[in-house]
Amino acid sequence: MKVKLENLTKRWGPVYAARDINLDINDGEFVAFLGPSGCGKTTTLLLIAGIYKPTAGRILFDDRVMNQVPPKNRNIGMVFQSYALYPHMTVYENLVFPMKLKRVPPAEMKARAQRVAEMLGISQLLDRRPGQLSGGQQQRVALGRALTKHPDLLLFDEPLSNLDARLRLSMRAEIKRLQMDLGVTAIYVTHDQVEAMTMADRVAVMKDGQLQAYCPPNELYDRPRTLFIAGFVGNPPMNFIEVEVVLRDGVYHAQRAGFDLPLLTERGGQAAGRGPVILGVRPEDVMIAEEGIAGEVYVVEPLGRDDLIDVRIGEVHVHVLADPNRRCKVGDRVHLCFNTQKIQLFDPKTEQSLLWT
Amino acid sequence: MSESASTVQALEAGKAHYPEEKASLRSLLSPLLFMAPAIILVVVFFFIPVVIVLAISLTDMSTATGFNNWKWVQFDNYRRIATHPNTLPVLRNTLMYVALTLALFNVGMALVIALLTTHVPRRSGFLFRALWLLPRLTPSVVYIMMWKYVAADAPYGILNQHLLGPLGIPPTNWLPAQPWLFVILTNGFIGASFGMVIFTSAIESIPYDYMVAALVDGCSLWQRIRYLILPLLRWPLLFVTTYQTLSLLTSFEQILLLTEGQFGTEVWSLWAYQRALSNYWGNFQWGFGAALAAVLVLIGVVMALVYMRYFQFNQLVQEPKIEAL
Repeated sequence: MKVKLENLTKRWGPVYAARDINLDINDGEFVAFLGPSGCGKTTTLLLIAGIYKPTAGRILFDDRVMNQVPPKNRNIGMVFQSYALYPHMTVYENLVFPMKLKRVPPAEMKARAQRVAEMLGISQLLDRRPGQLSGGQQQRVALGRALTKHPDLLLFDEPLSNLDARLRLSMRAEIKRLQMDLGVTAIYVTHDQVEAMTMADRVAVMKDGQLQAYCPPNELYDRPRTLFIAGFVGNPPMNFIEVEVVLRDGVYHAQRAGFDLPLLTERGGQAAGRGPVILGVRPEDVMIAEEGIAGEVYVVEPLGRDDLIDVRIGEVHVHVLADPNRRCKVGDRVHLCFNTQKIQLFDPKTEQSLLWT
Repeated sequence: MSESASTVQALEAGKAHYPEEKASLRSLLSPLLFMAPAIILVVVFFFIPVVIVLAISLTDMSTATGFNNWKWVQFDNYRRIATHPNTLPVLRNTLMYVALTLALFNVGMALVIALLTTHVPRRSGFLFRALWLLPRLTPSVVYIMMWKYVAADAPYGILNQHLLGPLGIPPTNWLPAQPWLFVILTNGFIGASFGMVIFTSAIESIPYDYMVAALVDGCSLWQRIRYLILPLLRWPLLFVTTYQTLSLLTSFEQILLLTEGQFGTEVWSLWAYQRALSNYWGNFQWGFGAALAAVLVLIGVVMALVYMRYFQFNQLVQEPKIEAL
């Protein structure tokens, strides 16, 4: 099923929880809503589910306007962060509950529940109650309950946030695989950019109720359109340095006290003559080298595969991912070499990228 | 090395200092010490009175015997209750009074108000519930006086003069005509507020996600109440039903003030009160009254056990068994 949001707006008093959201989701696509807490992503999800009524704008499922359709007629499956399994029902009763309400014949109800239980590996738990299950098991049951009704649209509201780190990894892969196999359209709300990047076909980044970007994950990473996206996506986060871009001897330079970096013409040209701009560069695109911009090692954080090194250049700090074999120590004088292919430039006032629109 | 050796020595020295029996005595005593204030209260104000009532119920103590000339009569009082002509009618009255007030108001109406006021805007729900608490805040005497004014004999009374009169319904002596209607209404309007408060807070504490999940799963409003809210209210339902049954069994002041047990509204607790402490002839039969009270306690205990069984209390307090995935 295709989903389309047109100027979707939800206002609580003076506060816009969602504002003028325009979004197209293709049939069978996996879309993540990504943003910090309070950005309006869950509100948008609940608007799509029909729990809230939009203040303005339209929600379309396959060209049908859904604004006034109650949730029970939307044929949606939903998985919650809290699992929201009915505590007084057994796992089996939880699984068949949506079908019972839809008056599915008992024989088919049983068959479907068993099929889903097998698929999710919870067949041996059918007569347990939710309180007698671990978090991971509960999340499987919750997923099962959303699937047994054969929904046209699956909604996930931070489903993995309550699981421990290991389980989160395996469930992540499992959900992605399941969604692909079933071919059901899915919307996945998360504040975890890794989850969004790894699972989604396209990521909708939201901030303060507004859609900041809607594009495939690698585009989000390589061509961030706003300062917010650049800072939010990627771990460790991007470095931001306030610089001025000037043309000198036919080459664009990003400059500040103690910092002078030659830029590629097609990138630097966009920022020249604008006064102060913000230069962004990811820690993996900076190397510690024999020559380049000089600085002093301020903090060393060993991450195992890499060391995350905080290098102080004058008044700015640049985080660098470095080979642990270099054995950098606090106080060392080092030189930094930047991958100029990956330099981002932003307008400090509008916070928009100067490179991508 | 020397350090750890000295630690071991110190530990052993400590053991010697507190022999095992002494340690276990201490571990027994300290919780008792913490519970002592509560235990003393319970013993002085609940346990001893019960024992005294039970003891008095085995005597012929009354105003006639005074506190000096009474004697033990064993189970005579209970035998008298078993054969007394009032026993069956009063028992029937009591059961009817408790069952109807409980079902229609203290649980039924309380549940309806709680459900309604949690499904309307918060402020109006709150205001409505606050209004419903007024009868409970009003002193019983004032409250019953107001009801008596409502139901006063023809041609007076708000019902006769202002509500039913204009509709052409002839005036009636309402209390003698419909004594149970008014007994149940007066008690129910007060009683419902207790369950209302408990049920409201229970409904409001149901996690929001359950409600959303139920809607997405396809529940109508009624189905959500039937399949989700009511099952999740089992604890408060058990509590309110049990508590209100016991409280109704022993409450009689409304009936006393309204009808004094006339028009066939005598209930067990009122009977006990009148026999033991207040009657027209001034012969207070403390022994007989105590036996009546003891029977009431017995009925209450049996009812509570039946409820616990019916609501599967054991299952409600069952420990969850959780295992890792």
